Amino acid sequence: MRRTRMAAVAALTTALTAALATGCGGGTALGGGANNDSPKELTYWATNQGSSLEADKKVLGPELKKFEQQTGIKVHLEVIPWATVLDRILAAASSGQGPDVLNLGNTWSSSLQKSNALLPFDAKNFKKIGGKDRFAPAPMAATGAAGKDPAAVPLYSLTYALYYNKQMFKEAGISRPPTTWDELVADGKKLTKDGTYGLAMEGGNPVENAHHAFVFGKQHGADFFDASGKPTFDKPANVAAVKQYIDFLANDKIAAPGNAEYAQNQSVRDFATGKAGMLLWQAARTSLQAHGMKTDEYGVAPVPFQSGGTDGRRNVDSMVAGINLGVFQNTDNVDGALKFVKFMTSTEEQRILTTKYGSISPVLEAQRSKPRDKDEAVQREVLAKSAAPLPQVPDESQFETLVGGAMKELLADAAAGKKTGTAEVQAALTKAQQQMQK
Amino acid sequence: MTTTAPHEAAGTAAAGTSPSGASPPNRPPRRSFLPDRIRRGGLPYLLLLPALALELLIHIVPMVIGIAMSFKQLTHEYIRNWGSAPWAGLDNFRIAVDFDAPVGRALLHSFAVTCGFTVLAVGLAWLFGVTAAILMQDRFRGRGLLRALFLTPYALPVYTAVITWSFLLQRDNGLVNHVLHDQLGITDSPTFWLVGDNSFWALVVTSVWRTWPFAFLMLTAALQNIPRESYEAAQLDGAGIRQQIRHITLPALRPVNQVLILVLFLWTFNDFNVPYVLFGKAAPEAADLISIHIYQASFETWNFGSGSAMSVLLLLFLLVVTAAYLLVTGRGRRGEHG
Repeated sequence: MRRTRMAAVAALTTALTAALATGCGGGTALGGGANNDSPKELTYWATNQGSSLEADKKVLGPELKKFEQQTGIKVHLEVIPWATVLDRILAAASSGQGPDVLNLGNTWSSSLQKSNALLPFDAKNFKKIGGKDRFAPAPMAATGAAGKDPAAVPLYSLTYALYYNKQMFKEAGISRPPTTWDELVADGKKLTKDGTYGLAMEGGNPVENAHHAFVFGKQHGADFFDASGKPTFDKPANVAAVKQYIDFLANDKIAAPGNAEYAQNQSVRDFATGKAGMLLWQAARTSLQAHGMKTDEYGVAPVPFQSGGTDGRRNVDSMVAGINLGVFQNTDNVDGALKFVKFMTSTEEQRILTTKYGSISPVLEAQRSKPRDKDEAVQREVLAKSAAPLPQVPDESQFETLVGGAMKELLADAAAGKKTGTAEVQAALTKAQQQMQK
Repeated sequence: MTTTAPHEAAGTAAAGTSPSGASPPNRPPRRSFLPDRIRRGGLPYLLLLPALALELLIHIVPMVIGIAMSFKQLTHEYIRNWGSAPWAGLDNFRIAVDFDAPVGRALLHSFAVTCGFTVLAVGLAWLFGVTAAILMQDRFRGRGLLRALFLTPYALPVYTAVITWSFLLQRDNGLVNHVLHDQLGITDSPTFWLVGDNSFWALVVTSVWRTWPFAFLMLTAALQNIPRESYEAAQLDGAGIRQQIRHITLPALRPVNQVLILVLFLWTFNDFNVPYVLFGKAAPEAADLISIHIYQASFETWNFGSGSAMSVLLLLFLLVVTAAYLLVTGRGRRGEHG
């Protein structure tokens, strides 16, 4: 009796494991470099740009149909949530099984370039997609290390902007949006009363924190990596930069303590529902509308600068944020993939897609039309004049994780009433830097 | 013991005229494609073969690859062609166990947090499980309903259950603070549960909530095997409830407890889902469990060699603990029976 039961269990386990094992297969066959073995099909991994994965499928679906009509190539679309994009790309790179064309956060370009997972855009490949000079210089600077063939081309560009609640500004007697951080803190203090706050921060999200650290660092005249790519996280200017951001919550108290744990875009919700008067965000329009805020209820301005002299301080108030489009080195339809890149970066498609997503087109020709809204007007100006790419070094993603993570801990400490002075910030950044293993 | 090697060599054709005499009467002389020896001694192995092959494929091979990776300097530069990564010798291990350096210290801290977390979570899960199982041993109205209710956390998908906890534990809008702070007024200001030091307790509570139904289920099943008569006899001899539990229930549960605690320990120590869903990729230091820590060391920082080395160390630790545990508890049991 016992034997038979055990045998049954064993058989069941075997069957289940077999099912699991086969379930993991599929996808593009393992092969060497790029080839043209399957010219009628493409797999496209798109990152999540709209309000949901479904919304993205609705936006992209008709465009992919258009491409199929033009070229006869069927595109299989998969929209991937941000939390798993990098893991999926790494898994694809290490197994050789992945998409043909994919979206990537532009900050990963140089890491992926070094891994050799993406088809380099050399002169020949650029010619096939219509030339390098079709793209604006700022987003082009975020496609890989300087002096190497880009690992990808820019697809959508974004910059940070300052969003402010017009009604709350009027009630507090503020006539125009702040242009310096001193003004922002002063305005923030006026707005902070009776449960509302001056600024909403996404303090529990290391990536957001790291982006702000980068901008503040630039404004303090510092970089988080030196020219040879070595980390310089705990340089005094970087410490001052990070401290200035932490202080919004710790010292200036213009942000609610609860912001320290925000990691699911609760700061956008707080701004949209009038709990905070200002927000530093990229292309917030669609998210704000989703929370019921009308476009005439908020204003958009460039992110503030430091007040006073400009000694060594750089005129940067945003990172060049955005999505790049890359071709997977293991594609078995390299010609089709390049055709698809050309299609997605064509002026017409760029106008359609960036309008739907509220982003800026990195294609110069698509930028020539009149800005569709105040959001785009500000972002275009920032992108052209005062945006800089995050460090294009292979260890960039570690910077985001480690410095952003350290800032998350600092904000949590500040929210819990612990001291976060220069010494504490310095210690946290030194610790983060030491975690870099090389 | 009738079969011998020469007999075997003679093959099935000669079976009828075997020198050892007639085959046992209860076994009909049927033709078989399997030689006798294999049929008798080897059949279990043959049946295990598919499982063994898959085990090899799914567990052992990746494990061996993982161990090999731990000796390589496998960073993003080499992920497309793992073989080309340079050998690092013991460097990855040296960095991981150098407790004076930041990386080693962080790993040690994470290890300590995980040990504390595991002891608390397993202990509480077992305690709740055994208490509930004993209390529900006797029939009463609504027992089935309560049992079903208790098992709900175990039946819910991890992600759904834990994301619900993360909503409950939010500082400004969470139900936990709403009750503790707004309604009961126990705390002066709303407490942070998902960042800072309290995150450890948030993790323990969520983990216990998730695992105790399993302990309850196993122990309930085990209790069914204890004969009623033992309790009746004990009652006649004047034993109270406490004595009955101590002298009848707990000794009878011993074999089940041995396996249950081991399984709970391994699950809890390696738990990835609960902290990942609760805190995201960057867990607060107070709740920096080792699985998340290793994930971060390899995936977030793209250093797979280093992550593998830490995993190998974790594997060794768990192997040693498991072996020691089985040795100690097994010896106790053998002593009991003999």
